[in-house]
Amino acid sequence: MAGAESGSQKKVFDAEAASFLVKELRESFGSGRTRSYEWRVSQVKALLKAVVENEDQIVDALRSDLAKPPLETVVYEVGMFKNSCEVILKELKHWMVPEKVKTSISTFPSSAEIVPEPLGVVLVISAWNYPILLSLDPVVGAIAAGNAVVLKPSEIAPASSSLLAKLIEKYMDNSFIRVVEGAVDETTALLQQKWDKIFYTGNGKVGRIVMTAAAKHLTPVVLELGGKSPVVVDSNINLKVAARRIISGKWGLNNGQACISPDYIITTKDCAPKLVDVLKTELENCYGKNPLESEDLSRIVSSNHFARLSKLLNDDKVSGKIAYGGEKDEKKLRIAPTVLLDVPQDSLIMGEEIFGPLLPIITVNKVEESIDVINSGSKPLAAYIFTNNKKFKEQFVKNVSAGGLLVNDTVLHLVVHTLPFGGVGESGMGAYHGKFSFDAFTHKKAVLYRSFAGDASLRYPPYTDTKLRLMKALIGGSIIGIIRALFGWS
Amino acid sequence: MERSVEALERDLKSVRKYYGSGKTKDASWRESQLKGLQNFIVEREEEIVRALKHDLGKHYVEAFRDEVGTLMKTLNLATKSLKKWMAAKEAKLPQIALLSSAELVPEPLGLVLIISSWNFPFGLSLEPLIGAVAAGNTVVLKPSEMSPSCSSLLATVLPTYLDNKAIKVIEGGPEVGELLLQQKWDKIFFTGSARVGRIVMSAAAVHLTPVTLELGGKCPALVDSLSFSWDREVAAKRILVAKFGACAGQACIAIDYILVEKGFSSNLVSLMKVWIKKMFGENPKESNTIARIVNKKQFMRLKNFLTEPKVKESVVVGGSMHENDLFIEPTILLDPPLDSEIMSEEIFGPVLPIITLDKIEDSVEFINSRPKPLAIYAFTKNQTLQRRLLSETSSGSLVFNDAILQYIADTLPFGGVGECGFGKYHGKFSFDLFSHHKAVARRSYFTDFWFRFPPWTLQKLQLLEVSYNLDYLGILLVILGLKRSKRSLS
Repeated sequence: MAGAESGSQKKVFDAEAASFLVKELRESFGSGRTRSYEWRVSQVKALLKAVVENEDQIVDALRSDLAKPPLETVVYEVGMFKNSCEVILKELKHWMVPEKVKTSISTFPSSAEIVPEPLGVVLVISAWNYPILLSLDPVVGAIAAGNAVVLKPSEIAPASSSLLAKLIEKYMDNSFIRVVEGAVDETTALLQQKWDKIFYTGNGKVGRIVMTAAAKHLTPVVLELGGKSPVVVDSNINLKVAARRIISGKWGLNNGQACISPDYIITTKDCAPKLVDVLKTELENCYGKNPLESEDLSRIVSSNHFARLSKLLNDDKVSGKIAYGGEKDEKKLRIAPTVLLDVPQDSLIMGEEIFGPLLPIITVNKVEESIDVINSGSKPLAAYIFTNNKKFKEQFVKNVSAGGLLVNDTVLHLVVHTLPFGGVGESGMGAYHGKFSFDAFTHKKAVLYRSFAGDASLRYPPYTDTKLRLMKALIGGSIIGIIRALFGWS
Repeated sequence: MERSVEALERDLKSVRKYYGSGKTKDASWRESQLKGLQNFIVEREEEIVRALKHDLGKHYVEAFRDEVGTLMKTLNLATKSLKKWMAAKEAKLPQIALLSSAELVPEPLGLVLIISSWNFPFGLSLEPLIGAVAAGNTVVLKPSEMSPSCSSLLATVLPTYLDNKAIKVIEGGPEVGELLLQQKWDKIFFTGSARVGRIVMSAAAVHLTPVTLELGGKCPALVDSLSFSWDREVAAKRILVAKFGACAGQACIAIDYILVEKGFSSNLVSLMKVWIKKMFGENPKESNTIARIVNKKQFMRLKNFLTEPKVKESVVVGGSMHENDLFIEPTILLDPPLDSEIMSEEIFGPVLPIITLDKIEDSVEFINSRPKPLAIYAFTKNQTLQRRLLSETSSGSLVFNDAILQYIADTLPFGGVGECGFGKYHGKFSFDLFSHHKAVARRSYFTDFWFRFPPWTLQKLQLLEVSYNLDYLGILLVILGLKRSKRSLS
């Protein structure tokens, strides 16, 4: 446990320790210090500094946890986080300003505003695949909104977890911001506590546990889950560009171990062989003839996940369908980029989120059928479509429900901070990034100001017919009606 | 009415199928349903008012003001604004964007469940229903069995005004509620108690269903020692009508207790005495302007509050109870013990404790030492105190110099924080609550930067970095080889 000044001896983090931690943070939060703009900015800057000054250590940690290529780390973990911080530093003052809203004649005379305020003490539970970004991006959002935060990084990426604990202890104001390292026991202890918000990134199974625990304390949750994000490929397009964009979103993102990576492709029967050919060529351009040796691909995170992916690949229903790749190295936990053609819908690989370097292709007679295929499953976190057909594009946007939709590319919508990032249905609830992160950790308080003047007697009993008529006119907002009622004409 | 699981599941399946047809997404369908609701309210006003009289003893004017009228207002707004709400909202993109356009497209969630409450059986059922249909959802509404006439009017008459393939009203008690909660929904909107709120959220967690919980809490009203007699009188009147004139205090935003300076309390009590008489007459029970207690159980709960000896001693106004008619006279208590039940539980009835403080500023601490309330009311002209309340306390809403009125201000979000729930509705917020704001981004096949794709090199890293920072000059320099990186890739 980082940030605890209880001594050098490492104690078990149990429910008692968790309760003590939350109590301590709650007391600190009560001081009101986190509400000031200055505190928020100082902490955002400190976190940014922690990351910038320790970029090499971050790269090393990810190499150790996932063999993640340094470029991927620098771009997706460090770069995106830096971006988030810069947006906050630039916009925060503006976000914190209460929003004036109009009031209607029925509450006249009055003024009203919506005042953003911090929720209190929040818990962020993050994931192992982007251990830095998925930890610090919500944390910095929570800080920007003026909350006290406890971060629980994933134990499955141990080097990153311990680095986060170290950096936050060293750089951050520990009376408000802490890290608790650990696995199931520690998480359970944390989830027993009362939080003002829980932000969880991970899978649906644990998401359900988190939400059930939150229900006991009526705590709102954000669940960032995954799902099978489809890629629809139409035949009338530049296949080379499409293939490269699919590759960069699938294997170029932690070797497919990302919540928004393309999970499977839907294309027409005619187009499928062409697409496979282009994918083969382009994959070789990117990762060479022996991808198991490529430095530009992450490895599989753990032997559990390696076994899970092997099982998907060994399923009788798909074993003959490998069109490219399929090589594995169990010792090094490496799996090569693998493309499977014409995979049946009832195969194991189509029954769960793949979260790895396997990419099945499903074929349909007409590309429009892809909409039904997608809608027959649960709502994915992202849906991608490559097409030049304007009508189909609009049909797709209208009829496919997903956290986000991207036309003619993959993953890029993630980097646009003006778009909310989050799921719908099975892929989760709540959204973040940019201003949406601030909003996710903010309570919007409705504030109404009235003066003592201008009090209409119609509000008060004893009730009369005139009062009722006037009220009807007021509700309808009709000036004529009001005058008529006042003069007793109606 | 007996309902089997099979029948329910069959019904819901057909509603889901209907949703799948896309009909409810059309603006024309949404408009027609809003129109149907409007017709129901207008044509059935008499019956609505009669049902409210029967179940709760609400006066015609009160029924109009709090339910019929506010619903008309909301329907007017929704009808008028529907097209605007439904329009996609463009998201700003950075100048160097790789994307050609990005927007937020609101789309319906699917099939939603609304569980409403007995105290405002029409308002709390139809207000969320308006949001749900405006957003294009299919809906199941379960009114509360504790206001049976209203529930039955909603179940038998309302459906004749609406598209029954998409909107169902299911009557019943806790067993039916439980049956409904076992089903999978795309959103659950619940109004009621925290105890049931926890049950609802736990059930929702099984299906990862997002929930909105509209709960209650002890809403304080602090009354400053106002110096002008006009102000004092207006404050007293507004407090009385908000407490006793809105379902006899059986409202989630009703004033629960008053905070006042010791020296001012007797002044306030005598003012209230005078105005209670003016509003409700010598014999409030005969005036028929105050609603009755909903049922025997609730009556006994309130009676028990008042039988605690120390609480009984604190009665300064009223106190009479008529068990046969379920009527409790407007009752004011002065300084009941803080550890009594009436000061630890939500009162939800026509009993108003006044708690005296040495200084009115102490109210900030008093409020903060208790769970966050749904609303805080403050009758004060002191700007310093106003500012302190604004920034140092937390509540769903904060209203200066009035009470309850925030309910009808549809530019303000209505909803709780902490123990009083989460999620916001009214006006546009209702529409947003029942919508998923889908991030949609589009790209063309033109510009594709070669540095997006592996194999990774130092130059690609630099390029990605500068393009993330939107540094045009940097891009040029890197391409020309004029800028060196401090990094290495090994």
